[in-house]
Amino acid sequence: MKHMAAHEPRLMRLLISLIAISAILLLILLPVIAVFVEAFSRGADVYVESLAEPDAQAAIWLTVLVALIAVPFNLVFGVAASWAIAKFEFAGKRLLLTLIDLPFSVSPVISGLAFVLVFGAHGLMGDWLVRHGIEIIFAVPGLVITTVFVTFPFVARELIPLMQEQGREEEEAAILLGASAWQMFRHVTLPNIRLGLLYGVLLCNARAMGEFGAVSVVSGHIRGETTTIPLYVEMLYNEYNFAAAFAVASVLTLLALVTLAAKQWVERKRHV
Amino acid sequence: MSIAIQNVSKRFREFQALKDVSLIIKDGELVALLGPSGSGKTTLLRIIAGLEQPDSGKVTTETRIKRQANSVGFVFQHYALFKHMSVFENVAFGLRVRKKAQRLSEEQIHEKVMKLLGLVHLESYHARFPSQLSGGQRQRVALARALAVEPQILLLDEPFGALDAKVRKELRRWMRRLHEELHITTIFVTHDQEEAMEMSDRVVVMSQGKIEQLGTPEEVYLQPANGFVYDFLGHYNEFAAWQLPDGTLLLQEGAQQAKPAPLFTESSTKWIRHIPFVSRLFAPERPTPQSYAKDTHTSPTAGVPVKVFCRPHEMYFYITQEPGTVKATIVHMNPAGPLVKIELERDNGALLDAELAKTVVDKLQLMKHQAVYVMPRNMKVFA
Repeated sequence: MKHMAAHEPRLMRLLISLIAISAILLLILLPVIAVFVEAFSRGADVYVESLAEPDAQAAIWLTVLVALIAVPFNLVFGVAASWAIAKFEFAGKRLLLTLIDLPFSVSPVISGLAFVLVFGAHGLMGDWLVRHGIEIIFAVPGLVITTVFVTFPFVARELIPLMQEQGREEEEAAILLGASAWQMFRHVTLPNIRLGLLYGVLLCNARAMGEFGAVSVVSGHIRGETTTIPLYVEMLYNEYNFAAAFAVASVLTLLALVTLAAKQWVERKRHV
Repeated sequence: MSIAIQNVSKRFREFQALKDVSLIIKDGELVALLGPSGSGKTTLLRIIAGLEQPDSGKVTTETRIKRQANSVGFVFQHYALFKHMSVFENVAFGLRVRKKAQRLSEEQIHEKVMKLLGLVHLESYHARFPSQLSGGQRQRVALARALAVEPQILLLDEPFGALDAKVRKELRRWMRRLHEELHITTIFVTHDQEEAMEMSDRVVVMSQGKIEQLGTPEEVYLQPANGFVYDFLGHYNEFAAWQLPDGTLLLQEGAQQAKPAPLFTESSTKWIRHIPFVSRLFAPERPTPQSYAKDTHTSPTAGVPVKVFCRPHEMYFYITQEPGTVKATIVHMNPAGPLVKIELERDNGALLDAELAKTVVDKLQLMKHQAVYVMPRNMKVFA
């Protein structure tokens, strides 16, 4: 019995590790490799061509544009909201917390639909928007608004617990030493949260560039105009243009890998 | 700088932190705000610092000399050092954030910071980060940082609370000396009565958002304004007694005859004896206690029943029954140190604490389970 007891856990450990490793290989690593294999399946020339295609270029730049607006917006909003929530007491604090979490709890498709209902031609503000010649749904502004909404919680959720843990004392010390509000933020608040902030921004960016569901509803799928990378990939795939679809997809996959590496680096720094 | 606090009240939601508090702190004074947690002492300190706004009332300060530098130096309970900055940069912070026109040159800043680090004995630690320092060292960095802006008031929130006993004692002594040197009006918050007594010129005893008593350590210890102050400043024993019309007190349980000057008094002191002002009180001739009736024929029934209180070091021991004594049995003795802490149980089950010099215990050959007669002296009555 003793003999068994000493050996069984080791065997179990090995078995469990094996299951975990094969699951990771099968479910995570293999698909990533498959994307690149498929992307280059018809040679490097086709790969480069697929990416050089004007529609592909438009999709890539549109994705970058959307991220360039959505990420800074949520960076500023996220820092402001978490600062207010973590360090002050005010009426409606719980409500704000719930609102920040809303995009996480609502299915992206539903949030896309909600924006159509508000800004669409037959929506709540439709008449007014049409009269003033403002296009939101089936246009770039719609993509930006939807992406902002979907990526809303990333920065704030990352920072709130961090700031709560740090408390107000260091900031109060800075103010009492004569620092202005900006000096306090720049020299005390920001350095204390910088790794958490970077982490939040990375996740926010990955989601902003990769979002499909919500964006799909408001985009209208106008090739070369309102298609971001994920939408364009779907389009190509539906047209049985697999090599091109995977070539464009590989760009997004690369971004994911870079994000992962950066995340790893941030985490290592954080735990030093 | 002198500070006038007038009718300050502050409420946090349901909790009334301060109730109509008024207090004047004189220029150059070292004042302790003493009280249990929730007594409002930290809130008062934060209001003086300007970190909280009072709901009503105001705090006004009067300056001797106009200075450009910030007027408040604040040391937080957990130091609140800037974690990502070196010790040097922590101390330099207040100098660096000044407006360009008032900012010192880099060399001047360096010189000033190193001088301050010298004052707190940490010159060689200037490149370290807060996480690499001990609690006592962090405390001193926090102090140097607060002093860098040449404050006219120094405010400290439980300055030694998080330190171990030995470091605390050293820092206290050092802090007191520093105050004598710099003469900055200093207010510190503490819940440790010994610390308040030892360090301050005046003690503000607080409870439940109000000031219970304001006075020198000597005054609050020897003439406590009420039961709370008496209770908070030390252990005590409780007895039932008669208060006669002329104010004298008679123990209800004790033999009613007066018997002044018990055998062993001189050495039954406690820590408080080590404090300079108290040692004066233990000069050779002690005032004879007036706690007992001079007229032995006074009927106890002529008095009013009252509760009287007595400090453990004011309990005098007799082997045989004497007038004014109560019988009790020794249930525990803690002989560590020059003072022996003795726990007694009376016949009615009440427990008594006593502190007696080791020499006295040896002389009387006191032992556990022994029955003795104790006489409480210097008894206090509170309305």
